Amino acid sequence: MSAANDVSTSAKASSRWRVSEVLFWIVVLACPFLFPSRYLIMTDILRLALFTLSLDLILGYAGIVSLGHAAFFGVGAYSAGLLALHGIINEPVLALIVAGLAAMVLGFFTSFLVIRGVDLTRLMVTLGIALLMEALGERFSNITGGTDGLQGIEMQPILGMFAFDMFGKTGFWYCLIVLFLLFLLARRIVHSPFGLSLRAIRNNPLRASAIGIPVNRRLIAIYTLAAFYAGIAGALFTQTTQLASLDVFSFERSADLMLVLVIGGTGYLYGGLIGAVVFKMLQELFQAITPQYWLFWIGLVLVIMVMVGRARIHRWVLWLPNLVIRQIAGRKATVVVPEADAS
Amino acid sequence: MPTTKLSRRAATAAALSLAALIAAPAHAQETFKIGLILPMTGGQASTGKQIDNAVKLYMQQKGDTVAGKKIEIILKDDGAVPDNTKRIAQELIVNDKVNVIAGFGVTPAALAAAPLATQGKVPEIVMAAGTSIITERSPYIVRTSFTLAQSSTIIADWAAKNGIKKVATLTSDFAPGNDALNFFKQNFTAGGGEVVEEVKVPLQNPDFAPFLQRMKDSKPDAMFVFVPAGQGGTFMKQFAERGLDKTGIKVIGPGDVMDDDLLNGMGDAALGAVTAHMYSAAHPSAMNKEFVAAYKKAFGSRPGFMAVGGYDGIHLIYEALKKTGGKTDGDALVEAMKGMKWESPRGPISIDPETRDIVQNIYIRKVEKVDGELYNVEFATFEAVKDSGKTKK
Repeated sequence: MSAANDVSTSAKASSRWRVSEVLFWIVVLACPFLFPSRYLIMTDILRLALFTLSLDLILGYAGIVSLGHAAFFGVGAYSAGLLALHGIINEPVLALIVAGLAAMVLGFFTSFLVIRGVDLTRLMVTLGIALLMEALGERFSNITGGTDGLQGIEMQPILGMFAFDMFGKTGFWYCLIVLFLLFLLARRIVHSPFGLSLRAIRNNPLRASAIGIPVNRRLIAIYTLAAFYAGIAGALFTQTTQLASLDVFSFERSADLMLVLVIGGTGYLYGGLIGAVVFKMLQELFQAITPQYWLFWIGLVLVIMVMVGRARIHRWVLWLPNLVIRQIAGRKATVVVPEADAS
Repeated sequence: MPTTKLSRRAATAAALSLAALIAAPAHAQETFKIGLILPMTGGQASTGKQIDNAVKLYMQQKGDTVAGKKIEIILKDDGAVPDNTKRIAQELIVNDKVNVIAGFGVTPAALAAAPLATQGKVPEIVMAAGTSIITERSPYIVRTSFTLAQSSTIIADWAAKNGIKKVATLTSDFAPGNDALNFFKQNFTAGGGEVVEEVKVPLQNPDFAPFLQRMKDSKPDAMFVFVPAGQGGTFMKQFAERGLDKTGIKVIGPGDVMDDDLLNGMGDAALGAVTAHMYSAAHPSAMNKEFVAAYKKAFGSRPGFMAVGGYDGIHLIYEALKKTGGKTDGDALVEAMKGMKWESPRGPISIDPETRDIVQNIYIRKVEKVDGELYNVEFATFEAVKDSGKTKK
């Protein structure tokens, strides 16, 4: 068997859909029926999940750290906002794609700066790009509306059929479908030979280039793709909230994103999705309890999470379900094993 | 094994989401719910804190039952970020079924909630944000704070009549700042004055130092300053650090920069600053003395104009509910609010029935030392000032 064959068989094997993945999406689908009054927060989570997925693509698979991912989110958000505001493209889906492409263009051009450095330099360069975009937004406040944001964005119905409603139902399904499609695409990409080569680069760029992987070109490609994803997330933000102000470029947005990914775990695509759920829920919970000091509590929980370690928390969470499984199916039943024990 | 890895995480997520979603409060019939959306964290947190305090104080004083309904406040933090405001307002209206939304620390936040107020037919009581256009964005918006046009036109007229010829302006670069600047410029140049330097400062990261140097170089008679509540302290500190207090350049402007909340900490550099505004903690009325004393006793600090906006806002809701006899639908409440007149700690005020905006006295005040503390001492009054931002249209 040739080497190429080996690669493709192993890629195929690892790209097979697992039961737990199917279960995950079933749970996601069940959410709107379980919590029909919470569409807005769920939409918020979906947008954040897509945004985090974008960071996971470059951080988890290619090892590019970024503190400026909000730059692409912002470009996507403003593109979608401006397209709708000036009636250039009224159809949301088309506008969404165009906004994603706009962010992609920025991603492509800035990727040359990003691939030059290593971790710390990359952190600085990406942060710099986001700050630049924010300053530009502030400077050209006649276009962007500055701190006040774009006012009076009105969204047309999706595909001319589904109008955005006050309860956020349309917005939710719209975001969910977009997230799922982009997730499928990302899943396809990371399990392809291209995705495998990215992981090789992440683990050791020198060795990767020695075995003939065009390191820089691959990094440019994935960075550009991630920018597209972030742009789509930004555009979804504007389309579902009908707002776009300078906050879309804010440092907090990029920093939060990193936190979300740290909570969820990198390099397996679901990290962003799960991290987004946990992060938003924590935020919601603490904000309801103490509107003034919730930042303190969320900070505390994050510190504890890192101290205790994800693996241990998972073992605790799974203790009860596993106990139940054992009781029902006997001692030898397949139980859900925590990460640390599994690998 | 990746299979188990995933389901374990999913389990964590599901457990957490369940916990948070169940936390949403249930809806009871006999309560009247007010969704109070304020910036409680971030740069505008002082605004949120003052309004929250004032609302608490009012409810302590007047009780929490009006026309047979129990008043319930649901306080939410939006961090002054408009998309948060919008989501929170939407959830409050849709899920918590609030009868009124109130608060709104900054203009973008108030504007973001406006379409929801219209769609949900829920009165939106603006207790802080001060751009003229806000009340035009929805027929359900009523304002109890002030508009920048009210104070800026009056300080402009005063400056032109009191020997100030050349003015440099420094304003925060967002809607209220632009309102302040435009109305000041319009009246000041009409009065024969000249604006020699115009500087707009970003709202989010207020470092005034580089701008102050430009101000100093342009050698104006006075400096017209608008920064939102909470930033005045930083401004005056840098003003003194750059030595502008020694150049004889006067500070004038709408009263936001000399917020009572922070005034006493500004130091002697603030002495002599002349501002026009609707409230001073030194306002010489019995009602205000009582208000200031009660606020100080409860929260250990002086109330600023944001606190008064909140205090009057909750008063307006109470009175409207009394007037409708407990009827809670939005149209009836807004109708009841129109034209309402009352005595506030700031002086006599009313709600303009045409614009649903506030009509109030604007006072010209000078910072002086009273009993060792800095106060805005009022020395001239303009009675029943309407918002000129709208009346001209």
